[in-house]
Amino acid sequence: MTVAPAPAVQTVISEAWGQPNSHLISEYKKRGGYKALEKALAMEPTAITDEIKRSNLRGRGGAGFPTGLKWSFVPKDNPKPKYLAVNGDESEPGTFKDRYILEYDPHLMLEGIAIACKAIGAHKAYVYLRGEFKFQAERVDAAIKEAYEAGVFGESVLGSGFKLDCYLVRGAGAYICGEETGLIESIEGKKGWPAVVGLFGCPTVVNNVETLASVPPIMNKGAAWFAGLGTDKSGGTRLVCLSGTVNRPGVYEVSMDTTIDQLIHDPKYGQGMPAGRKVKAVIPGGSSAPVLTADETDVALEFEALKMKQTMAGSGGVVVMDDTTCMVRALWRVTRFYAEESCGQCTPCREGMPWMTRLLRKIEEGLGEPEDLEILMNVAASIAPFPPIGLGNTICALGDAGALPVQSFVMKFKHEFEQHIAEKRCPHGDHPWGHFGDWA
Amino acid sequence: MADPVFSPDDQKLFDSRLADILTRYPADRKSAAMLPALRMMQEILGWCPPEGLRLVAERLEVKPERAYEVASFYVMFHTEKPGKYVVDVCTNLSCSLRGAEGMLAYLERKLGVKAGHGNEQWLLREAECLASCGTAPCLQVNEDHHENLTTREKVDAIFANLG
Ligand SMILES: Cc1cc2nc3c(=O)[nH]c(=O)nc-3n(C[C@H](O)[C@H](O)[C@H](O)COP(=O)(O)O)c2cc1C
Ligand code: SF4
Ligand code: FES
Repeated sequence: MTVAPAPAVQTVISEAWGQPNSHLISEYKKRGGYKALEKALAMEPTAITDEIKRSNLRGRGGAGFPTGLKWSFVPKDNPKPKYLAVNGDESEPGTFKDRYILEYDPHLMLEGIAIACKAIGAHKAYVYLRGEFKFQAERVDAAIKEAYEAGVFGESVLGSGFKLDCYLVRGAGAYICGEETGLIESIEGKKGWPAVVGLFGCPTVVNNVETLASVPPIMNKGAAWFAGLGTDKSGGTRLVCLSGTVNRPGVYEVSMDTTIDQLIHDPKYGQGMPAGRKVKAVIPGGSSAPVLTADETDVALEFEALKMKQTMAGSGGVVVMDDTTCMVRALWRVTRFYAEESCGQCTPCREGMPWMTRLLRKIEEGLGEPEDLEILMNVAASIAPFPPIGLGNTICALGDAGALPVQSFVMKFKHEFEQHIAEKRCPHGDHPWGHFGDWA
Repeated sequence: MADPVFSPDDQKLFDSRLADILTRYPADRKSAAMLPALRMMQEILGWCPPEGLRLVAERLEVKPERAYEVASFYVMFHTEKPGKYVVDVCTNLSCSLRGAEGMLAYLERKLGVKAGHGNEQWLLREAECLASCGTAPCLQVNEDHHENLTTREKVDAIFANLG
């Protein structure tokens, strides 16, 4: 297994990517690693949380919740143990950033974990990685061992008297375990059905890998510096995952004012579209984020700006579709995923996702009937309203995640759906998609 | 008396690793070790047979149904014996945009099995996004990950050494 290629532009979080042995603690310490933890151990827990609040760090797992605020919700007078659960499930289609942190710089995350635990008073942290991350799990496992040997974890973190254990937990292939309560159920050894209690019934903070990797730089360089890199409401830089039909897909660390257009065309990033192709549509934040048309891509890859466009920054997965893409087939691929991954607890999600998938397949195969589009939109609306206003009619946000793409694709590319139905065939011709590779 | 699930050596290995894993969880939460226990069993046996699920349930002090429920919930656990090699091809959007559907069709021809089906040698499945969208298309063979599969030669090379 090879390590994924390092991107061209590297700043706060991706600084070490691609350097030889960047995953080893010896190299990490040469870069100044674990200095931030030393600093944090000398601080009052509330002072750490305040620093993170002032940095304007927002969660990078999907919802963009302010991290310092989340930590401050952990009750201080509750006698129960507290836990940190690290979300390395990385399963939202189009998202592949956390794996680079795990591959290239696992200690950056581990240092963030130790600081977070000190801040919230947790003595145990569980790092949950999706089951398919075999190589990444080996890297993290080795890094945790190194950290124990170096006294980062154990009875007394760096001699401070603070006790902290850190364990790796591997999933086994289920997207819903990335949802934070599903994650907790899975760590408890159950199927990942979303529920509402903390790990082992105790106060628990769930944070994404990238969120935690942002913590050591904040402690080192200060909240003001980190906040200054971002916008009013959102500090720091962001990892974005560029995929689909662009010349150079990859993970890029960008400033919050970088637009989708820049990401696609800038020589530092995507290097434009393949010869003769134009952008048709872009999904800006993982496959559950409502799609944007080519006219809507002059927008910053940032939480508030994307919200203004009725979509979301989500997990940073930017998927580009060129002008030869069949939008019906693209949506079928997306919807099929949510149908497969519904945990089945809520009726609208369990029944609605497969229904929408079947309708889309039918339309793509040229068997669609005029009323199918209305049925499709009604089923989607029964799961979640559009534009997104928070949680729809289901227990967890997977319902919204599956309904929003349907609503946005059909609204913005209605003519293509109608054309399939009118012509009784896919106007894009026979699939499989043949733009890349020679598989015939 | 049913046949033992593991050989005596494997049983020892399984029990000692399980004991170590159990130290990570609260003492009254043994069942939290369910996923690691099932994974260990599958590493040894290649799948999760019914008698194995019963053994895991017994060790973790839960009902056998609970072990079965968990094993069948996660796609990586096999409650039916799969072929020797499980081939998971991502056909999610980013991979499909870069040729995954063509690659899957090529593999169906090459391996002589349709997606979703298998024989003694192969189980070929369409997988969901494997976090390689930037290095698409990709696939996994028994959990070994391969990405950047832009040509037939690269795919052929993966299968050249699998008999
Ligand atoms: C269906 C669903 C899947 C999710 N998958 C992931 C995931 O794979 N990784 C992740 O970090 N967050 C995922 N999330 C978001 C988490 O629920 C949670 O908001 C996040 O881990 C919190 O960490 P943060 O505040 O650091 O972002 C998912 C949410 C939903 C509703
Ligand atoms: S919305 Fe879907 S995935 Fe979420 S709890 Fe309900 S059925 Fe399960
Ligand atoms: S879409 Fe195939 S790895 Fe993400």
